[in-house]
Amino acid sequence: MTDPAMTLAFVCLLLAPLAGAGLALINCGLVRSRNAAHFMLAALCAMAIAAGMYFVCGFRFSGSAGGPAYDLFVAGKPWSWIGAGPLFLRGVALNGSPASMTLLLEMLSVTLAVVIPLGAGAERWRLGACCASSAVLAGWTWPLFAHWVWGGGWLAQLGANYGLGRGFVDVGGAGVIQVVGGLTALSVAWILGPRRGRYALHGMPTAIPGHSAVFVLFGCSLAWVGWIGLNSAGALLLGGMDPGGVVLVAVNTTLAACAGALAAVAITRLRFGKPDASLSANGWVGGLVASSAGCVYLTPLAAAVTGLIAGALVIFAVELLELRFSVDDPGGTVSVHAVGGIWGLLAVGMFGHLPPGPGDAHQWLAQVVGIATLIGFVLPLTYGLNFLLNRVVPFRVAVEGERQGMDLFELGAGAYPDFVTHRDEFGQR
Amino acid sequence: MKLAGFLLLLAGWALVLSAVILLSSAAPRAAFALAGVAVELLGLALVVRGHLIPRPARERNVHD
Repeated sequence: MTDPAMTLAFVCLLLAPLAGAGLALINCGLVRSRNAAHFMLAALCAMAIAAGMYFVCGFRFSGSAGGPAYDLFVAGKPWSWIGAGPLFLRGVALNGSPASMTLLLEMLSVTLAVVIPLGAGAERWRLGACCASSAVLAGWTWPLFAHWVWGGGWLAQLGANYGLGRGFVDVGGAGVIQVVGGLTALSVAWILGPRRGRYALHGMPTAIPGHSAVFVLFGCSLAWVGWIGLNSAGALLLGGMDPGGVVLVAVNTTLAACAGALAAVAITRLRFGKPDASLSANGWVGGLVASSAGCVYLTPLAAAVTGLIAGALVIFAVELLELRFSVDDPGGTVSVHAVGGIWGLLAVGMFGHLPPGPGDAHQWLAQVVGIATLIGFVLPLTYGLNFLLNRVVPFRVAVEGERQGMDLFELGAGAYPDFVTHRDEFGQR
Repeated sequence: MKLAGFLLLLAGWALVLSAVILLSSAAPRAAFALAGVAVELLGLALVVRGHLIPRPARERNVHD
């Protein structure tokens, strides 16, 4: 890579943390005010633990393309299944080389991935359990799948080994970050069960509105900037894009988000009579998520169509999960990140214009193999790990904590102390 | 039911991998891979069904 490309990649990486901040703000706005401080602290702790775990062992397992790895030989073909890098980043040259920039991209990506499950477990997930689950996700589940896709693992080699296009393509992390986080969110929501009072007598879910639509919508704007940075950095470092391509990536990311939000606004307006702010925000983020996989391989029209379909899918998935499947997901994270991400991965195979690779034209099949791996392997793995962890560190807060609010119960102070009405000041004397 | 569902998820994934490794012609490979995905969807349906909240539990959920 040229020096201008490396400089540009570094600038883009500096924007990437805004994606995590945006997601945290969106989900914070979607919880009740008595849980707001707890949620933001959980997000901060999860990001800190994720970065730490990546430093300790995550880089060893995820590795980088061309780096040391353990190979299995299946039918005479090498299957790189896990990295073999150093623990604690010992001996790794952090000098602005492409490998070191990819390391930074991975570190920032894992801090984004661990924020996603928090939205599904909000208002009932203990802080200690959040931290433990984030450590497992960042130390094992995420690096394993990241190696398969970004670290030159067997999914990336599907093209070279089996003639499936260019192998599994996911430059912006729709699968590596979003679907892995979304499936972990689904596991956590299942293990925790719904919030108390969430389902009414006749089985219909009771609406529990969030406390700040302003946070939700401002979080969308932050996430937009972060996503442009993340997608651009991924396309430069993992997709081999020229620096001039960042314009296409930014345009595609923006179009997908806008189309997703407009689809959500239109659908909620048609179905409920008025547009729904939180669902429209979910449509926006769904468009961003879907744009990640092939941001550099899609035409602007294809990116807009991808975002449009993602926004519609997210709305229907939220309804399906809540009404039919009893999944209490306050932030809609499973729909946004898992469903939107899977659609984005498929869209690359359907609409993507990829440069000629070692394989034939069966790019869509490589994408299907990657999606099958996420659903068929990553979901059981992350569910099993969280299920076992729940036995050691109970996930769910006590009944009293849920009634009182997580802020007071676990932190001893609320997010908005000025909102408390003191009887001494306003009551009759 | 949950365990059976997760086992089906893994079985479906194994079918997809087997199709990629063992078959070289495009059409049978795609057909077997899609069959593996179908098995995964069946497993997912079982896992989802295993996590549905029964009606009495939902009523308790209200009264808690």
